[in-house]
Amino acid sequence: MNTREVMNADEIGRAIMRIAHEVLEKNKGPHDLVIVGIRTRGVYLAERLSAKIKEIEKVDISVGIIDITLYRDDVKSGLSRLMVKKTEIPFSLTDKKVILVDDVLYTGRSIRAAIDGLIDFGRPSNIQLAVLIDRGHRELPIRADFVGKNIPTSHDESVKVMLKEEDGVDRVIVEKEDDK
Amino acid sequence: MINKLKSKDLLGTKDLSPEEIVLILDTAESMKEISSRDIKKVPALRGKTIINLFYEPSTRTRTSFEIAGKRLSADVVNISVSTSSVAKGETLKDTAKNLEAMNPNAVVIRHPSSGAPHFIAKILKCPVINAGDGAHEHPTQALLDIFTIREKLVTSRTKKLKGLKVSIIGDISHSRVARSNIYAMNKMGMEVTVAGPATMMPADIRKMKVRVFTDLSKAIEGADVIMMLRIQLERQEKGLFPSIREYSRLFGLNLEKLKNAKGDVMIMHPGPINRGVEISADAADGPYSLILDQVTNGVAVRMAVLHLLTGGV
Repeated sequence: MNTREVMNADEIGRAIMRIAHEVLEKNKGPHDLVIVGIRTRGVYLAERLSAKIKEIEKVDISVGIIDITLYRDDVKSGLSRLMVKKTEIPFSLTDKKVILVDDVLYTGRSIRAAIDGLIDFGRPSNIQLAVLIDRGHRELPIRADFVGKNIPTSHDESVKVMLKEEDGVDRVIVEKEDDK
Repeated sequence: MINKLKSKDLLGTKDLSPEEIVLILDTAESMKEISSRDIKKVPALRGKTIINLFYEPSTRTRTSFEIAGKRLSADVVNISVSTSSVAKGETLKDTAKNLEAMNPNAVVIRHPSSGAPHFIAKILKCPVINAGDGAHEHPTQALLDIFTIREKLVTSRTKKLKGLKVSIIGDISHSRVARSNIYAMNKMGMEVTVAGPATMMPADIRKMKVRVFTDLSKAIEGADVIMMLRIQLERQEKGLFPSIREYSRLFGLNLEKLKNAKGDVMIMHPGPINRGVEISADAADGPYSLILDQVTNGVAVRMAVLHLLTGGV
């Protein structure tokens, strides 16, 4: 296994801080903003983004959790069989500006599933996408509004985002299987 | 941690491992939230067909499976005996083969004969879910009962189902609900007590790892949960109990008899209730009654089972 680190803890922290400023700039302040993280690591990033916005603007932004297992289109292909976890959006999304947060943007299929899920909770005034890593290779017409870092990759590489809350360390690595 | 069930079918709780029971309960916990949304539907089983094949009358279970399937976007077809060609004399085997020819993704069956679901499970390639077979098993009812107990009594992560005391009262020998609950609760380490007239105790009850009483007040002492079973009034004609009044006096639950139980004991009943027979109205509608929670949770548990058996790969 060939591994390279592409972000360390400081870089992740700075990227989230920058995204917080960009979100506030683009939306002209924190009004009507809510943040929804995609399970699992998008949730921690969503909470961190909300905390940064609070640091800057001194307001609490609600954070929701969306589990996309029931909306996926790739379960049939045998890619994954995931446990269904809880979706927790205890507030209305109608007329809100929703910042959807995920760790890695790749094919765009997870984001498609998450958008379908969000729409079931009301009619947001808009949905914006924030990701820590954009690794390219989109299969759907989806782009991120806020990106922590663009990392060009090949299909045979995998991007691993590790976060303290889940993995005990803040770090992003790219792994590549050795040629056989 | 496991993420799927071993068998293609759900025929009884006897065949489930404790890990599989936890998987179903955890999945159901996630499913429950969907029923509280404005739009109560997710696309997980889009394009899948579920057949409800009911050879016995049922409102609650059939509706519950139908709603569960529809909330997952499956197409649900109901076949009940009075409207089907069974009335014209078709055998179970032929019915199963004809259903198979229509490519369903799951068949939910209720049948008065024990073992009927196992019989058609061998014929059908798709998953078969037992919705009650004779006096044998009713696995989804037991799973929703345990789900309800876990939801109400196991609040913190550290507290476990293990060690909780459940008393099941009534006609144990003819009750598939009791049987499925005893199997499943034993697996979860819960302590089960049963009580009822001696004529309504199965012959093999001593082998089932339960405490047995013929006195209601002794059986409910110290229990965390009391589960009252429906007394099947048609059985009175067979002489299993002398009169409904006597049954009610000895084995019916009311506020007076509840004084023997813990102050915060939870009361359950699989329905339909015979008010004033096995349970008095004030006990059934009281603050510790979980009877309607059971119905709500039934949908979530059946969504979990349908998704685990027919969703994904």
